Amino acid sequence: MAKVSPKKTPMREQDPQVRIDNFEEVPFGYSEEEAMIEAARCLQCKKPLCMQGCPVEIDIPGFIMHIAEGRFQEAVVTLKKKNVLPAVCGRVCPQEEQCEKLCVLGKKFEPVAIGRLERFSADWEASRGEAPLPRKKKSTGKRVAVVGSGPAGITVAGDLIQRGHRVTMFEALHEAGGVLVYGIPEFRLPKKIVAREVNHVVRMGVKLVMDRVIGTIETVDELLEQYDAVFLGTGAGLPWFLNIPGENLNHIYSANEYLTRANLMKAYLFPEYDTPIFRGKRVATIGGGNVAMDSARTALRLGAAQSIIIYRRSRQEMPARLEEIHHAEQEGVDFRLLTNPVAFHGDETGFVKEVECLRMELGEPDASGRRRPVPVEGSNFRITVDSVVISIGNSPNPLIPNTTPGLETGKWGNIQIEETTGKTSKKGVFAGGDVATGAATVISAMGAGRRAARAMHEYLVTGRWEPQETS
Amino acid sequence: MNKIAARDMVVPNIHLLTVEAPDMPGKLRAGHFIMVKADEFGERIPLTVADWDEQSGTVTCALMQAGRSTRKLAEMNAGDCVSTFVGPLGKPLQIEKFGTVVCAGGCYGIGSIYPVARAMKAAGNRVITLIEARGRYLVYWEDKLRETSDVLMVSTSDGSTPFRGRNSDRLRVLIEDGEEIHRVIAMGCTFMMADISETTRPAEIPTRVSLNTVMVDGTGMCGACRVEVDGNTRFACVDGPDFDGHAVNWDLLRIRRRAYYHQETISEER
Ligand SMILES: Cc1cc2nc3c(=O)[nH]c(=O)nc-3n(C[C@H](O)[C@H](O)[C@H](O)COP(=O)(O)OP(=O)(O)OC[C@H]3O[C@@H](n4cnc5c(N)ncnc54)[C@H](O)[C@@H]3O)c2cc1C
Ligand SMILES: Cc1cc2nc3c(=O)[nH]c(=O)nc-3n(C[C@H](O)[C@H](O)[C@H](O)COP(=O)(O)OP(=O)(O)OC[C@H]3O[C@@H](n4cnc5c(N)ncnc54)[C@H](O)[C@@H]3O)c2cc1C
Ligand code: SF4
Ligand code: SF4
Ligand code: FES
Repeated sequence: MAKVSPKKTPMREQDPQVRIDNFEEVPFGYSEEEAMIEAARCLQCKKPLCMQGCPVEIDIPGFIMHIAEGRFQEAVVTLKKKNVLPAVCGRVCPQEEQCEKLCVLGKKFEPVAIGRLERFSADWEASRGEAPLPRKKKSTGKRVAVVGSGPAGITVAGDLIQRGHRVTMFEALHEAGGVLVYGIPEFRLPKKIVAREVNHVVRMGVKLVMDRVIGTIETVDELLEQYDAVFLGTGAGLPWFLNIPGENLNHIYSANEYLTRANLMKAYLFPEYDTPIFRGKRVATIGGGNVAMDSARTALRLGAAQSIIIYRRSRQEMPARLEEIHHAEQEGVDFRLLTNPVAFHGDETGFVKEVECLRMELGEPDASGRRRPVPVEGSNFRITVDSVVISIGNSPNPLIPNTTPGLETGKWGNIQIEETTGKTSKKGVFAGGDVATGAATVISAMGAGRRAARAMHEYLVTGRWEPQETS
Repeated sequence: MNKIAARDMVVPNIHLLTVEAPDMPGKLRAGHFIMVKADEFGERIPLTVADWDEQSGTVTCALMQAGRSTRKLAEMNAGDCVSTFVGPLGKPLQIEKFGTVVCAGGCYGIGSIYPVARAMKAAGNRVITLIEARGRYLVYWEDKLRETSDVLMVSTSDGSTPFRGRNSDRLRVLIEDGEEIHRVIAMGCTFMMADISETTRPAEIPTRVSLNTVMVDGTGMCGACRVEVDGNTRFACVDGPDFDGHAVNWDLLRIRRRAYYHQETISEER
C-alpha cells in the first residue's frame, strides 16, 4: 500500500477578505486531479465503517474507487443509487459527525474528504449538461401527493416516480427546494444547484405545483379523495423567539425572515429586487447552529462592520458544522460565548439599539449530554447593536395538523410517525423530515423520505395498512 | 403564474385587481387574504379579498397604491400575469348571527369589508356599514355595499357628503343615539381601526380588526408580521389577521410598520 498522506487534499476557496463582499460560493471544489489524489487516500476497507455513518448508506468506497480510477460518470451512478441530492449533501452534510467521523483513516490522520469527493462527482456531472434520466417502472396507475418540496419531499417524489406512480408535489412558496432555497445562503449552496436537482425530478415526470398552501386551498382529506397516498414533508418552518422584553422592536428578525429576505427574495440585490432588508452595521445573531452561522455571515456580506454571535454555551457545544464555524471565524465573526440575552432595548422610535446579556457558566450535563449553562447573578451587561437575528430554532407549522382530523402530533407539534415507514396515525398519510423530527439535517430528511417512499410503494401496491405503533 | 382578468382604477389611487385563480373562489371566506408577487423581482405582499366569482374563477382585491409593490400591480393590465397569487391565507372572520353588526371600511377596506357585510347579512344580522374617505370622489362600491347592508353611512372629512367626519365619529353618534350594537368589524388603515377600537372600548362592544402588518411569506414561517395581542406575541398571517381590537397593542403595530420606511423611500425613488 502506498503511503497515505495524513491530511485531506485542501480545497481552494475564496479569500475571506474578498468573499465577505460577495454572495458567491466560498469553496471552489476539487479539480479532476485533486479529486483523484484525494480518492487515492481511501483504503478501500473491506468493512467500510464510513458507510455506517451515512444515513442513506452510500457505497462510499465504491464511488471513491471510481474517482480514483478517473471513471467519474460511474462515481455519479453509484452515488445516485442512494442519494438523489449529492451536490447538496456534499456541501451541507455535517460530515464530521457522520461518514467522516467513522472513517478509519481518521484514527491517525484526517479522514478521507468524503463530502468533498461527493460534491466533486455531482459537479462533474453537472458540467456535462443534463443528467441522464433513470429508467422508470411501468405505470401503476396510482397517484401520490407530496406536500412540501424540501429534501424529504424531493426524495419521496423521485423514488415513487421511478417506481411507476404518478406524483404531484405541492409547494406553498413560489420556489421549490424548502430550506435549501429560502434558508441556506447562496454562498454556501448556490440556488442553481437546487434548481437543477428539482428540475431533475420534474424531468422524471413529477408534476410540481407551486403557490399552493395545503390545509387552506385544499385539506389533506381533500387530497385523499384524489390521491391514493399523501406524503407530508412540510418541514419545521415556525421560528421560535426568546420571549424576552423588547423582542418586537424593529430590526429584530427571526433567522427565517432574515435569510428568506436575503435568499429567496434576493434582498441582497435590492433595489434591483423589490424586497428590502436592513443592512445593519452592528448585527448580533443569537444562537450557535448552522442557521446562526448563515445569518452572521450573511450580515457581513450585507455590509456589517461587526457581526457578533451570542451563544449561551461554549464552543464545544455549538451544534453548527465545524466548517461553518471555521468559515465564520475566518471572515471575522465575533463570538461571544457563554452569553445569554435577557432583554432588548430600543430608541424612542422603536428601533433596537442594545442587547442586554448575562454571563453564563457551564454546570452539570443536561439530558442532551451537553453541560448546562447557568447564569452568573448580577453579571448583566449591554452590547450596542443596530439589528438582531434570532436563530434559536424552529418547530413545525401547525397549519396541516390543525386542518387534518386524525393526524397525531407530539409536544412541539411534530407529526408522529412510525420511524421505519413514515406512517402517520391517519390511513394513507405518511410523513418525514423536519416535520416529524423537528429541525434536523438535509440528509436525515432524505433518509426519512427514502424509508417513507419504500413503505408508500408497498402500501400503494398491496393496499395494506396494518395498525402501527406510532413513535 | 396567474392572469389578470381586469385592473381598473375605481377612484384615484385605488384599483380593482381581478385575477384568474380557478379553484380559489370556492374556498374563500370573508377576511381571507392572498399574497401576490408581481414579477420575478417583486415583493410578496398581502391583499384582502374583496370579492370572488366561482363561475369565472376570479378573485378581486381592492388595491391601494402605497409604494413600489402596489404601484407595480397598479400599472399592470388585463392579460398580464402576476408571478404568484397564493391563498386563501389567514383565518376567516367568525360569521354568525350576532344581532346588529357594524362593518366599517376605509380606503382599500371599503372593498374588503364588502364580503364581510355580505356574509353577515346572509347570516341574518342587521348590517350597518360605515365607510369613510377624504371626499365623495374617493368612495366606490356604494351600490354593492347598499345591497348587502341594511344601512349604509358614508362619512367624508371634506364634507362632500351629509356626514362630515370619520367612521369613528359616525359610530360614536350611533352609540350615543342608543343603537344596540353587538359587534363591530373594521378593515382599512391602521389609524381607522385603532380609532374604531377606542370608540367601542368604553361600551365594551366586541370589535374585530384586520391587521395589516409587514409580511414576507404569509404562512407563519418568518415572524415579520408579529403583533402583540393581550400581551402575547402573535403572527398576524396565521393567528389573524383578525384580532380583538381592544387587545391589540396599537403603539407597537405603528412602530413595526415603519421598519422599512427608509428602504421604501429608496425603492420609490428608483
Ligand atoms: C439556515 C439553515 C441552514 C441549515 N444548514 C444545514 C446544513 O448545513 N446541513 C444540514 O444537513 N442541514 C442544514 N439545515 C437543516 C436542513 O435544511 C433541514 O433539516 C432540511 O431542509 C429539512 O428538510 P424537509 O424536507 O424536512 O423540510 P424543508 O426543507 O423545511 O421543506 C419543507 C417545505 O414544505 C413547504 N410547506 C410547508 N407547509 C406547507 C403546506 N402547508 N403546503 C405546501 N407546502 C408546505 C415549505 O414551504 C418548504 O418548502 C439548515 C437549516 C436552515 C434553516
Ligand atoms: C393581511 C393584510 C391585508 C391587506 N390587504 C390590503 C388590501 O386589500 N389592499 C391594499 O391596498 N393593501 C392591503 N394591505 C396592505 C398592503 O399589503 C401594503 O400596502 C403593501 O404591502 C405596501 O407595499 P408597497 O411596496 O406598495 O409599499 P411600501 O413601499 O412597502 O410602503 C409604502 C408606504 O405604505 C406604508 N405601508 C407599509 N406596509 C403597509 C401595510 N401593510 N399597510 C398599509 N400601509 C403600509 C409604509 O409605511 C409606507 O409609508 C394588507 C396588508 C395585510 C397585512
Ligand atoms: S450523504 Fe452525507 S453522510 Fe452520506 S456520504 Fe455523503 S456527505 Fe457523508
Ligand atoms: S472508512 Fe475511510 S478509508 Fe475506509 S472505505 Fe471508508 S472512506 Fe475509505
Ligand atoms: S408573514 Fe411570515 S410569519 Fe407571518
